[in-house]
Amino acid sequence: MRIIQYREALREAMSEEMRRDSNILLMGEEVAEYNGAYKVSQGMLDEFGEKRVIDTPIAELGFAGIGVGIAMNGLRPIVEFMTFNFSLVAIDQIINSAAKLYQMSGGQFNIPIVFRGPTGSAGQLGAQHSQAFENWYANCPGLKVVVPSNPYDAKGLLKTAIRDNDPVIFMESEQMYGDKGEVPEEEYLIPIGKADIKKSGTDITIVSFGKIMKVALSAAAELEKENISAEVIDLRSVRPIDYNTVIKSVKKTNRLIILEEAWPLASISTEISYMVQKNAFDYLDAPIRRITTADTPLGYAPTFVAAFLPSIEKVVRIAKEITYA
Amino acid sequence: MANSFYLYQNPARLDVKHSFSKLNLKLCSIPKFISFAVLVKMAKNNFTKENYLGWYEQMLLMRRFEEKTAQLYGQQKIKGFCHLYIGQEAVVAGTMSAIRKDDKIITAYRDHAHALACGISADAVMAELFGKVTGCSKGKGGSMHLFSKEHNFFGGHGIVGGQIPLGAGIAMADQYKGNDNVTVCYFGDGAARQGALHETFNMAMLWKLPVIFVCENNGYAMGTSVERTTNVLDIFNIGNAYHMPSESVDGMQCETVHHAVNEAALRARNGDGPTLLEIRTYRYRGHSMSDPAKYRSKEEVEEYKKKDPIEQVKATIVSKKYADEKWFEEIENKIEKIVLESVDFAENSPFPDPSEIYTDVYAEPDYPFINE
Repeated sequence: MRIIQYREALREAMSEEMRRDSNILLMGEEVAEYNGAYKVSQGMLDEFGEKRVIDTPIAELGFAGIGVGIAMNGLRPIVEFMTFNFSLVAIDQIINSAAKLYQMSGGQFNIPIVFRGPTGSAGQLGAQHSQAFENWYANCPGLKVVVPSNPYDAKGLLKTAIRDNDPVIFMESEQMYGDKGEVPEEEYLIPIGKADIKKSGTDITIVSFGKIMKVALSAAAELEKENISAEVIDLRSVRPIDYNTVIKSVKKTNRLIILEEAWPLASISTEISYMVQKNAFDYLDAPIRRITTADTPLGYAPTFVAAFLPSIEKVVRIAKEITYA
Repeated sequence: MANSFYLYQNPARLDVKHSFSKLNLKLCSIPKFISFAVLVKMAKNNFTKENYLGWYEQMLLMRRFEEKTAQLYGQQKIKGFCHLYIGQEAVVAGTMSAIRKDDKIITAYRDHAHALACGISADAVMAELFGKVTGCSKGKGGSMHLFSKEHNFFGGHGIVGGQIPLGAGIAMADQYKGNDNVTVCYFGDGAARQGALHETFNMAMLWKLPVIFVCENNGYAMGTSVERTTNVLDIFNIGNAYHMPSESVDGMQCETVHHAVNEAALRARNGDGPTLLEIRTYRYRGHSMSDPAKYRSKEEVEEYKKKDPIEQVKATIVSKKYADEKWFEEIENKIEKIVLESVDFAENSPFPDPSEIYTDVYAEPDYPFINE
């Protein structure tokens, strides 16, 4: 099968959908003439013109709100944030407008919009450029939150997100844009809200999403060498969460580790832990464990980055602890 | 397009100097085939009997509807936050007569009058205030979140200034579709200090969006007077910072509002972009039902009541003999009936079933809500 980069998969998803539906447009900082801060939208201005690929000023609150207004009036905008760190400036329009208008209007104004861009840390960027807000957005009814972990998922999920009639937060990663993976030439869609078992196993369930799936899969490979068979589940979306796939897996393996790039308090792992203890209490042979980031802002030095993030070593160590290996 | 002549000079304009400087600009944009004399003559005869009778009836409905609303709030039939428009009616009435049915309207939370003027029935508005399922937002919005897609009323928004980028976006979608609809985006003087306004003004001018920004300056952001929030007392000057055509308008008269909106709408339909109208008005009541309005004097309120927009239109109707006393009585009775029937309708409508809590949250029909 053909191998392409994550950024190319995203670009194909947007371009294919824009060819299919003239109501779709892309707007954000540097998306047009600069070809995208991370080259996701490279060439799209040339193909679709300035009416449909729109450079905005640095005004996240304003252009996020303009995007929601565009969606209220029958079009389907894709709004790119250069990073979701900057989406905090726009969060009023995401939470108070995009997520609320369908309900407040009694079902008259649905908001078919995609807010997309990279989330999380990307090396030594300091505290303000190293945050993951997946759980913040996932907390808010009215939104859907998608966090794809590889090029194949990124393309199929983004096409679905663009066609979705509700607002979708679509979270990528600077550290994944160059990742390569198999992506078929022919069209496909991946449903939002269905987890994917990326590796089956029998001894322990590891759940993650987005960039941290790389840690989960690498750790599973390490564990395999020590005869611990890990089942690795990629949530793909954190609103809605496919609890059933996780619970079913835990009933088989009886052990669960959740890892994510998020501060621990009220994280996605907290939520999954609740649902698993509620629905699979009698199946658990060990406490559910989570591996999050440190409960701090991320400092600049490389030693901080290493200590802050979930790591393969941490996963292997905790997996051994709870399998009593 | 009716009533589309620029030259109307109203002596009541609050900023005479400013409007003279605007005059030069306007002269440049007048089509050459209409002579100056003809324009002056047409401007003087700009408004018809129908205009005045229409304004009167529309404003009286807003006024009587909200007087009843206040009463019902006191009886706790209407709950939540509730902001009355009484005193400001000419702003909406003068706007509506200057735009078309397919134009779009969006405003903040002081939205009852806007909703009624868009053509949403008094029944559907009153039922929404009661939280009934027959309300224009099915009981899910309440006083601050009235909506009607059918009537091009895009709401009723509760975060100060939050509707400003939305209004620009609605206009941008119409520009994208290639029609010549305009969006009228209302906000208060308080919203003029929000960042969303400044970001939106910049982009609206950059992209020449067909939007009319109507700042309803009633002098107070809740209890804080304009003077206490800024050095820039003339809000229209904010538009000038973005090179947006901007002016202040007397908001106690339908005529001045109509002319200003009409001119702005023409500009927007011609592809020349947005306008900021700072429409100077006054609310007789407090910010919301819980506000005794102790931050201003009774004399100030009385001064404005002397310029009451409904009384002004009535005086014109009488002086021009457009209608007699009998007509005024008939209209008063007709509106009383509409208002009382809307209360009956709301009273007799059911509240939404609790199961409706899960509908209209997602357009997706089978969204898996967490329910434990």
